[in-house]
Amino acid sequence: MDQKIKIELYRTMVLIRSFEEAILRDYHADKKPAWDIGAGLIPGEMHLSAGQEPVAAGICANLSSGDGITATHRPHHLAIAHGVSLKALAAEIFGRETGLGKGRGGHMHLFDPASHFSCSGIIAEGYPPALGQAFAFKWKKTPNVIVAVTGEGAANQGAFHESLNLAALWKLPVVFVVEDNDWAISVPRQASTAIASNAERAAAYGIPGERIEDNNVEAIWRSAKTAIDRARSGEGPSLLEIHTVRLWGHFEGDAQAYRDDLDAARAHDPLPAYEAQLIGEGFLDAAQAEAIKEESAAEVEAALSFAKASPLPDAADALRYVFA
Amino acid sequence: MTVTEKEASPAIRRLTTSKAMVEGIAQEMERDPSVFVLGEDVGAYGGIFSSTTGLLERFGPSRVMDTPISETAFIGLATGAATEGMRPIVELMFVDFFGVAMDQIYNHMAKIHFESGGNVKVPLVLMTAVGGGYSDGAQHSQCLWGTFAHLPGMKVVVPSSPADAKGLMIAAIRDDNPVVYMFHKGIMGLPWMAPNPRALAPVPEEAYEVPIGSAAVVRQGNDVTIATLSLSVHHSLDVAEELSAEGIECEVIDLRTLVPLDRATILSSVAKTGRLLVVDEDYQSFGLSGELAAIVTETDPRLLKAPFLRVAVPDVPIPYSRPLEYAVLPTKTRIAAAVRKLVG
Repeated sequence: MDQKIKIELYRTMVLIRSFEEAILRDYHADKKPAWDIGAGLIPGEMHLSAGQEPVAAGICANLSSGDGITATHRPHHLAIAHGVSLKALAAEIFGRETGLGKGRGGHMHLFDPASHFSCSGIIAEGYPPALGQAFAFKWKKTPNVIVAVTGEGAANQGAFHESLNLAALWKLPVVFVVEDNDWAISVPRQASTAIASNAERAAAYGIPGERIEDNNVEAIWRSAKTAIDRARSGEGPSLLEIHTVRLWGHFEGDAQAYRDDLDAARAHDPLPAYEAQLIGEGFLDAAQAEAIKEESAAEVEAALSFAKASPLPDAADALRYVFA
Repeated sequence: MTVTEKEASPAIRRLTTSKAMVEGIAQEMERDPSVFVLGEDVGAYGGIFSSTTGLLERFGPSRVMDTPISETAFIGLATGAATEGMRPIVELMFVDFFGVAMDQIYNHMAKIHFESGGNVKVPLVLMTAVGGGYSDGAQHSQCLWGTFAHLPGMKVVVPSSPADAKGLMIAAIRDDNPVVYMFHKGIMGLPWMAPNPRALAPVPEEAYEVPIGSAAVVRQGNDVTIATLSLSVHHSLDVAEELSAEGIECEVIDLRTLVPLDRATILSSVAKTGRLLVVDEDYQSFGLSGELAAIVTETDPRLLKAPFLRVAVPDVPIPYSRPLEYAVLPTKTRIAAAVRKLVG
């Protein structure tokens, strides 16, 4: 893999982590001393993606303009890696009129038609609309693909299986991705899933399936490339399960008392690991890494400043946008 | 042009409701290549209730697609395709089946436009068969329009005549919002159901829209307003004619659209008659009939000179056995009794 791609993967991962750390900081800043999930500059549930950066970076580096992604309730890493405006993303999280959904959606309901990005807060239910986007790409005779992402808990939902069957049957240009972060809120995958690898489920639909271990961004990049190329060439869908890590809680405020793997998870933080790898390989030095982190932090702070300076929606407009 | 003007022409040809619906779909498919049809048995079979007859032969399998029995996947597919600029018509064979796919309907199809702050449009038609009266039991006989109308983000249209079936279909396809199009099996003019003379009627040949959100006063009268929809319009008209001989003149309003509801037509009729009967084949409680009562009372309770009445399904699943089913459906007997009570 050439240096340019490696640095791009690293830069994307750093940008995502910078964003999530800044949201984490601002989310908690004004919810103390009494915890109130609905209070503060950022109200509501907050599902952050720290640890899952390799999934987003590795996939999105293979996407072109016109390709799309559907994400889950934990969508920021994929939105950022796919090039959704950081300012509009941040403004939506802060519930501002300048946000992706003008403050109507919130962080689990992000839509950016320019980049064909969307997400759904309902487990596995982002897959079916992705089929339709793929169907439309095919009908328009564009070479575009859609990557539909969900978590390992979703592989036990009916929507997951209906979607794999229909996409395989109609050879739709979709890549199905399962982000396996080991935990469905508090339930470990071995307590919910009868098989060790959800990639095996691909066999049921006659499509390629692959499980990628170790949260390795370069392995993810390579497998995603194969699957995306296959979809783009009209050969139909693939299923990738990526074993990743959830460094923080299911949502902010989740004390994670149920987790016995937290030390191990933190020891597998993919960001310092990839940085050390690139430095060891001679593709990056400490000064360059620092510069990338500073640039990312500056970009993130600019986005958050934009969000905080943006107006809140007018309460008089609460009934707008139900219908076109 | 309006349908009413066209209906005045004596030379107009007549179609069944199902054929009128199909004609509307076909004309839009001719006009707009982004319109396509998908669902269970919409291809070679032509729709279990003849809502797609002949479309496969005319437009081919790339635009008329049978799907697996995977309502979540294919209704979701329609939503996704709509967000990318296509105009799908997706059939849910019986509305009773919505339970297996409701997340795609009310959490996705109906909410994406709102959640996106108006940046993403979802122009699709979800058409579905409703209604009972032929002993199909509790899971294949419901209307459920109140359920869909209750949830924000989808328009709901319910034609009762062939001309409206075509015009509302065309309006639904051209609308930039998700439109739930609910057709009663008993109005389709199917040769394998009880004959319904009102299911065959004049239909203009060219493409036209019946505006969504507009009710029709299908019979004028000064004594009682009957607000109703779908097959119950036919029953109400029959009752109105029967009672006219007794000197009771009913005004019958075919609501045609539930979302958005044409409040003005209902209120102005009630202001005239002072009596309101709602005839609704959906369940009685927490639904359409209560909503219409609320609209009148929150506007001006003095509009009513007799207590509000409703004839609906009295909160039981639709029974299978004929005497039981007809005991709970809004039959002509029940409608006539309610009107007599209102004027008595």
